[in-house]
Amino acid sequence: MSDVVEKTLTALPSLLLSVDSQPGSAKLSTSSKLGSLIRNITELTSKHEEEKLIQRELSSIKDQVSSPNTTMRQMKELMVRAIYCEMLGYDSSFTYIHAIKLAQQGSVLEKRVGYLAVSLFLNEHHELLLLLVNTVLKDLQSTNLIEVCMALTVVSQIFPKDMIPAILPLVEEKLNHPKEIIRRKAVLALYKFHLIAPNQVQHIHNKFRKALCDKDPGVMGASLHIYLHLIQENPEGYKDLTTSFVTILKQVVGGKLPMDFNYHSVPAPWIQIQLLQILSLLGKNDPGTSEIMHEILEESLRRAEMNHNITYAILYECVKCIYTIHPKSDLLEKAAKCIGNFVLSSKINLKYLGLKALTYVVQQDPKLALQHQMTIIECLEHPDLIIKREFSQLLMLLHVLMIFPINNNTYAPDNEWFIQTMNAVFSLGGETMQPDITNSFLKLLSEGFDSVEEDRKLKVFAVNSYVSLLEGEPEKLPQRFLQVISWVLGEFSHLQQDVGAETVVCLLDKLLHMKNSTSETKTWVLMAMTKVCEGAACAPLVQSVCETYSSSLDTVLRQRAQELQHLSRDPALRARVLPPVCTREPLEVPVDSSLSFLDEFVSEALAAGAAPYKPSHQRQEELAQTKGVSTVCLMFVCLMLFLTRADVCVSQLSSSLKLEGVKRVWGRGGYEAAQVETPSPPQEGGDPSISHTPPLTSEDTESKQQEQQLASSMFLGLDHSSVTLVTHTHTHTHTHTHTHTHTHTRTRTREYGTMWLSFSNDTKQNLTLVHSENEGPLRATLNVLTEDLHLHVVEIIGMEAIVACRLLQDQPCLMHCRVHGDALAVWLRSPVPELPDCLIYHCQRALQGH
Amino acid sequence: MIKAILIFNNHGKPRLIRFYQYFPEDMQQQIIRETFHLVSKRDDNVCNFLEGGSLIGGSDYKLIYRHYATLYFVFCVDSSESELGILDLIQVMIYFLVYLLFQVFVETLDKCFENVCELDLIFHMDKVHYILQEVVMGGMVLETNMNEIVAQVELQNRMEKSEGGLSAAPARAVSAVKNMNLPEIPRNINIGDINIKVPSLSPF
Repeated sequence: MSDVVEKTLTALPSLLLSVDSQPGSAKLSTSSKLGSLIRNITELTSKHEEEKLIQRELSSIKDQVSSPNTTMRQMKELMVRAIYCEMLGYDSSFTYIHAIKLAQQGSVLEKRVGYLAVSLFLNEHHELLLLLVNTVLKDLQSTNLIEVCMALTVVSQIFPKDMIPAILPLVEEKLNHPKEIIRRKAVLALYKFHLIAPNQVQHIHNKFRKALCDKDPGVMGASLHIYLHLIQENPEGYKDLTTSFVTILKQVVGGKLPMDFNYHSVPAPWIQIQLLQILSLLGKNDPGTSEIMHEILEESLRRAEMNHNITYAILYECVKCIYTIHPKSDLLEKAAKCIGNFVLSSKINLKYLGLKALTYVVQQDPKLALQHQMTIIECLEHPDLIIKREFSQLLMLLHVLMIFPINNNTYAPDNEWFIQTMNAVFSLGGETMQPDITNSFLKLLSEGFDSVEEDRKLKVFAVNSYVSLLEGEPEKLPQRFLQVISWVLGEFSHLQQDVGAETVVCLLDKLLHMKNSTSETKTWVLMAMTKVCEGAACAPLVQSVCETYSSSLDTVLRQRAQELQHLSRDPALRARVLPPVCTREPLEVPVDSSLSFLDEFVSEALAAGAAPYKPSHQRQEELAQTKGVSTVCLMFVCLMLFLTRADVCVSQLSSSLKLEGVKRVWGRGGYEAAQVETPSPPQEGGDPSISHTPPLTSEDTESKQQEQQLASSMFLGLDHSSVTLVTHTHTHTHTHTHTHTHTHTRTRTREYGTMWLSFSNDTKQNLTLVHSENEGPLRATLNVLTEDLHLHVVEIIGMEAIVACRLLQDQPCLMHCRVHGDALAVWLRSPVPELPDCLIYHCQRALQGH
Repeated sequence: MIKAILIFNNHGKPRLIRFYQYFPEDMQQQIIRETFHLVSKRDDNVCNFLEGGSLIGGSDYKLIYRHYATLYFVFCVDSSESELGILDLIQVMIYFLVYLLFQVFVETLDKCFENVCELDLIFHMDKVHYILQEVVMGGMVLETNMNEIVAQVELQNRMEKSEGGLSAAPARAVSAVKNMNLPEIPRNINIGDINIKVPSLSPF
């Protein structure tokens, strides 16, 4: 015998005395019956044999329970065996009634087994449960505390809803019982009643308050369950208790509870956790209430420094609370540090919770995630799927946050991080990812950075990373990711001189041969091939691909294959249709952005009786009708909208950077391509290059806050003014324009910030600057816009300006203007999808006139 | 709120099952199977939390588990429960099981079972349930006054004994248990073929 055991055995003689093995032969035989059953079962190998054995066992139990000679004591053993069979999933419903009988008639110990069996076998709606009510009633009135305890225990587990009134007074009475264990169980029983029949216990809510003030922490802790539930349902109703909860937490944290409630020297940790949960519910969106708890939260953070699991549990709850209640900056700082410790911890559970907390926190403070970017990247490699998933959710969130700020380089500190992160998102997010995430990623990638060098690096890095992914095991990548890869390789692989066109074509070809590639993916691949195929080296492969897919059943694939075939044979045509991306000198394609060359066609068509263009969904119409705009006007808007969109499309084509542009050209069976092939005269007075909106620079970031402050003021005004914008046109419609200017008030910064971020529909465009002798070009241009379109200029800061307008109630559109070269770069956002496009169109029209 | 406590062995055989929310019998078995499937795939060095079982409560539902010796202790809880708090609750539970195990120890000394703790758990299934009732009642985590629970177990044992005709356990037995401190339990108990590994008490 080892030392350890010897020591244990000598250390625990008293324990061994209390072992319930006893010389009674009856007990041994029954326990060995259960024992042999269990042993037999563990020896079995097949489910079938187990079934046979249990059926035998059940029939033997059945015989014995119904025999009149079976004593209560034997019944108790039989019941344990029945519980075992039931646990394995075998029906032993014939014992249910005997379980109730055992609870009714047995001695204390037998009763206990009976109650246990009842609580395990029956559910709330079981009819046999009614038979238990009398037993419970009797036991609640018993002088034996153990019986009272058992009755309360079973009540808090299972009790028929309709019979609550029968025992409610007895249970209520127990709230004043001298024994704390009885009081505690009574509180829990009442909680159970509250859960299943809230109306029945409404009148005793003040007794809950008494339980909360109970001198025994166990009773108080039990009452917290009730309050947590009540406050979840109605936080407003319990604000007055905030101080009480704070005081209780203070006492617990301060070690005022009996030592019995210490766990690893932490005072009553589960009570602390629960109190923190309650506080976060109370303090949510309530600065006043939050104020009361700041001190104790700080104290909790400070105290919970000991390095044990349970202190981390408290810390985590504390951090959650701090981020839920009305924020206080220095507390947030401490909480953020705390999250850092979690994320950086080598303990996997803490890392998981840290990531979880980050997911929660980045919504308020994306910078925090940046501090931990290395850890986040490391998690990529983590073998634990759960960590990976948590992490991918975090990335999804980050992505949403990135869409806005990536342009000004604030949140994506370097290219590698961005690409790796997005690779992870795509690999993990897989097919469940929303298509617009893919689209906006591609958009971000193609727009790139301000600096040409940076921009090139980003793209080259992406290409390298994707080439290596394809060289690895592309079968494992989700379809959507493959589509992204195809597109990026198609667009940018020429930037990376080390990778030849034929290599890329080979890699792409591999994707075509993969079994699980969908035809959508294949379409992307073929399009990418069309862009890449160059030189004789690719020709044979391209030829065979064309041959395979020219006869495909899928018409889209067939179309792409045809395109590939024709364009690969005619480099001149390809260069015109798909001009190579040249980041240094943006390609200048003269574009008539107003599509005036179509006007004739449109008016002819209209004159010939054609209906004005209507989008398939009639949203605008409904929208306008509810808002009371005339349908005539609306149709015009729709038409213009269509035209505006088409011209955006063409303009995008000019740089061949934007996904949407490229897709459009090939999406309509040559229709747009025809437009390109017949170049229209340059737009009058316009900037012919229609280059991309320059990404915002760092000074922009600095001024952003200022902007937001200013811009917020305009919303105060705009809420009351009604600037009708869409209806204002020179020739086509007659509508009412009413404008009220309001004095600027420097408030509602927060609302504005969220507003800008919450507007999902944005458009960027370059407008022509108006030059005037008296004023600078920015002011002159804005004057034109305010005059013609009644836009509302909020503020002009140097070369930038913030403008806003509103189409009817609740449909604002924000515009950020910035002088860039000799164009005005505007960035519009609005909750209404059509509004930015529409506004752009009108701006162009207005400026053209000058 | 705790929705279910499931204890099963490495092969998915249930050893102790307690549901705090009503599910039909076949659904219960399905939940056990699904949970085992989810949990058994995981290495011992990954985190103890799992999300996304489909059967209980959907997304508002997580699994917190510990793998100890041949047994999995799984708590199915809703999103309001503190992960680390539950993890320590499992620790407390295991502690009480080990305490029960000590009691049975003498009985099993001369019988050579393959896995003592696992079978002992079923032998004393009812007692394990009683302990559970004190720690988790109706799906709610109660602040566990460990000494009180130990005293209760003692009281019950005394009752059983007095029923069996034995005199009440000496008072010092109660005090010995009361003073029993977690870290004092030996980490490993080796007797012949039987190896009982006492769960690590500092959980990480």
